[in-house]
Amino acid sequence: MKIVTICGAGIGASAILKVNAEKALAALGLDAEVVAADVASVRAVSDDANVILTSQEFVEAIGSTYAEVIVIRNHFDQSEITAAVEKALG
Amino acid sequence: MGLPPLPDEAVVLGVSAPSWRDALRAVGGALVASGATTDAYTDAMTAMVDEHGPYIVISPGLAFAHARPGASVLRDGLAVVTLATPVAFGHPHNDPVSVVLGLAVAEVGTHLESIGAIANLFNDASVTGRLAAATTATEVRTIMGVTTA
Repeated sequence: MKIVTICGAGIGASAILKVNAEKALAALGLDAEVVAADVASVRAVSDDANVILTSQEFVEAIGSTYAEVIVIRNHFDQSEITAAVEKALG
Repeated sequence: MGLPPLPDEAVVLGVSAPSWRDALRAVGGALVASGATTDAYTDAMTAMVDEHGPYIVISPGLAFAHARPGASVLRDGLAVVTLATPVAFGHPHNDPVSVVLGLAVAEVGTHLESIGAIANLFNDASVTGRLAAATTATEVRTIMGVTTA
């Protein structure tokens, strides 16, 4: 399984989502690769992704994809992120 | 280890910022004053929001300003600006912003340690409010668990 996190530069907000998604996977006992990327490279990194975690601002740019796109409101809310990962992969 | 140091020059408390641009200019100025970046980095942080919108407001009351590594980053740096009056960035859920965190990373790859430390710190939902209420740079460093150098 693969989770992709998306933001503008691929190193800030998406990296925080990656860290917290990995914590969520550990808490849920699930195994998945988590990749942080900028919105410009979403096509290249997410063609085999199950889930994309991102902010509302990037949903339109991500466009249609086989992955389930989940908007995270609070990037530091571990319970919000864990619930999203569990819903998508659990 | 994790977060870059936070010297006094990188902390500006109670800034009057009429708009989100002024708030980003303040945090960019703090990064410049501490020797981490040049003015071009401030422009790059602002351009990220112009291009993509207010997504940098990643949790209630907190904007996480940064741009890509490049020539405008002289060394890894962290800056904290608190706003005298909270400012709307236009985010649908997390406005208004009272704390702006600025991060500059010299190289992609090594930055994940800093990001991990930021995530661990702000997973505690009380941190943004405590930073907003801080009155000295020392208090800010204590909350964040960082040093001056």
